[in-house]
Amino acid sequence: RVNHECMSCTKRFAFLNWTEQHWKLTDQQKEFQQLARRFAQEEIIPVAPAYDKSGEYPFPIIKKAWELGLFNGHIPQEYGGMGLSIFDSCLITEELAYGCTGMQTAMEANSLGQMPVIIAGSDAQKKKYLGRLTEEPLMCAYCVTEPGAGSDVAGIKTRAVKMGDEYVVNGQKMWITNGGKANWYFLLARTNSDPKCPASKAFTGFIVDADTPGVQIGRKEMNMGQRCSDTRGITFEDVRIPKENVLIGEGSGFKIAMGAFDNTRPPVAAGATGLAQRALDEATSYALERKTFGKVIAEHQAVSFLLAEMVMKVELARMAYQRAAWEVDQGRRNTYYASIAKAFAGDIANQVASDAVQVFGGNGFNSEYPVEKLMRDAKIYQIYEGTAQIQRLIIAREHLGRAKK
Amino acid sequence: MSGRVLVGVKRVIDYAVKIRVKPDNTGVVTDGVKHSMNPFCEIAVEEAVKLKEKKLIKEVVAVSCGPQQSQETIRTALAMGADRGIHVDVSGKDYENLGPLQVSKILAALAKQEDAQLILLGKQAIDDDCNQTGQMTAALLDWPQGTFASEVSLEGDKINLVREIDGGLEHIKINTPAVITADLRLNTPRYATLPNIMDSLMNNETELHKPNHRTSLCVGLIPLFETVAPEDMQGGTDRSGAMLRHTVLQSGKPKRIILSCLCI
Repeated sequence: RVNHECMSCTKRFAFLNWTEQHWKLTDQQKEFQQLARRFAQEEIIPVAPAYDKSGEYPFPIIKKAWELGLFNGHIPQEYGGMGLSIFDSCLITEELAYGCTGMQTAMEANSLGQMPVIIAGSDAQKKKYLGRLTEEPLMCAYCVTEPGAGSDVAGIKTRAVKMGDEYVVNGQKMWITNGGKANWYFLLARTNSDPKCPASKAFTGFIVDADTPGVQIGRKEMNMGQRCSDTRGITFEDVRIPKENVLIGEGSGFKIAMGAFDNTRPPVAAGATGLAQRALDEATSYALERKTFGKVIAEHQAVSFLLAEMVMKVELARMAYQRAAWEVDQGRRNTYYASIAKAFAGDIANQVASDAVQVFGGNGFNSEYPVEKLMRDAKIYQIYEGTAQIQRLIIAREHLGRAKK
Repeated sequence: MSGRVLVGVKRVIDYAVKIRVKPDNTGVVTDGVKHSMNPFCEIAVEEAVKLKEKKLIKEVVAVSCGPQQSQETIRTALAMGADRGIHVDVSGKDYENLGPLQVSKILAALAKQEDAQLILLGKQAIDDDCNQTGQMTAALLDWPQGTFASEVSLEGDKINLVREIDGGLEHIKINTPAVITADLRLNTPRYATLPNIMDSLMNNETELHKPNHRTSLCVGLIPLFETVAPEDMQGGTDRSGAMLRHTVLQSGKPKRIILSCLCI
């Protein structure tokens, strides 16, 4: 009994230390946040509705953000990057997502695509493939999902067969963000044809140059939201990959692909929080202007309670992603916190965006007002980077694992 | 023309903030309010950095007069490309009384000390809208001045300047050393990049100076009596103006005339 109390006491103390350190941002973090906020206000927000309507890839904005160093933050300094912590990247991500999550997703897909190389690449691979991302505004993509396998990563069917010094890949990938714009892909393919082989040994991670013969890029998919982000199907037909492009070695792919998520789920949660904050701000300023029954609608308790609940959700989502980011920056395994953050932020982003449309009333349903876009953009946060249901599986597994100990 | 450019950067309340007057009417609320670099000062920094990139000048020194927080403003200038910063420490009552005359004395002294060839300032600050510091600094130094500059080009030891004036655009040629104040259309200031922000925080490029009170700060103070918010705007009103009264009397029938052009 004493041990258990001690443990929970020290855990609480550690948390308090964290909060004392982190309720206050450092000067550098504040300045990064200010830059990203200003960029979102002046460059993203004015053009976001037009890009949403046309679905055109926002390359001019992406190029400007690249020039300022607002993405590719995770690339280590030896390879020309900034080597930012996940926490710092999350601060920037939230501010950019406030502007437009479509544009922010296009930039975030770079982080997801490059993360396997950052965590598992050899020095030569990092120099070649991360280096080029810092020299030119090039994009990369994470190629794992298939038409028949999303959540069930172990069920992917793309095959890579070793032939001499090369692997020959055949298969189809789907819903690849930046699929049509990427310079290279991180590809997960099955190298062991034995169906009894465990997932931890059956798959291999590859780096594939997008211009390799046999890579067929599909049409741009028209989605519900985040419409300016480029999402496509990609077919691999007898694509030859040199063995130098294997990450770690044959059979290590599954662990690499999953390991990337612990680093990328906090930023995705941060993006969802940025969207929710935008929805909250838009709803708040509307509620202070619109009058009904003789007073501004913010003074009607029904609306003010709605806003209060939106506030609670946004603040808690922020704390959740910050904790998850901090944990991984401390060098600890953060799967538990990362899943909590992503699941919560995705869910509340949808709730808050929907509530924002409600606050706007009839105007909210209309495309002249900004909130309907937020509601359409929010949905994907419950789906990509691990669906809401998969996150719950992970959280339950982590939680019960701890309880059994 | 080789040498040093001094750029004045002022820390002001951010342009997007809604200004509120203090309840005791002694000024505006500044505590906890977002501050940033004066937008015209940003344009001045951008112009200085551009001149350095064209290799027409050697060094850009950002100067700010104010309390501890002015160092943030200098850091922004460093992150935009300035080489060094000078923070003239003015705080408390001295800071409350700090106006264009005091700042120009400080800038003039610094220009001599730093052997500056050019002083670049914003045309005015968005908090006091004085539009005086550039002109006063030039007068104190007995240097030529090019104010409201919308185009600047260096030609040997002379400067070609296009000034925005009421009548249009004025082209002048002035000798160096000189004082130039930047107007809105001179350039579009760059964002500081993330790597530059990191560098500006890591390297301590800012010197601290304490001004000599008797010569700089205590002369020519303008006492502030009261700060009051402007009255709320009223809606337009119907008026029967004196000018039209004779028309009414002549026609014999009183008319209600709505002079919408008089409504403000």
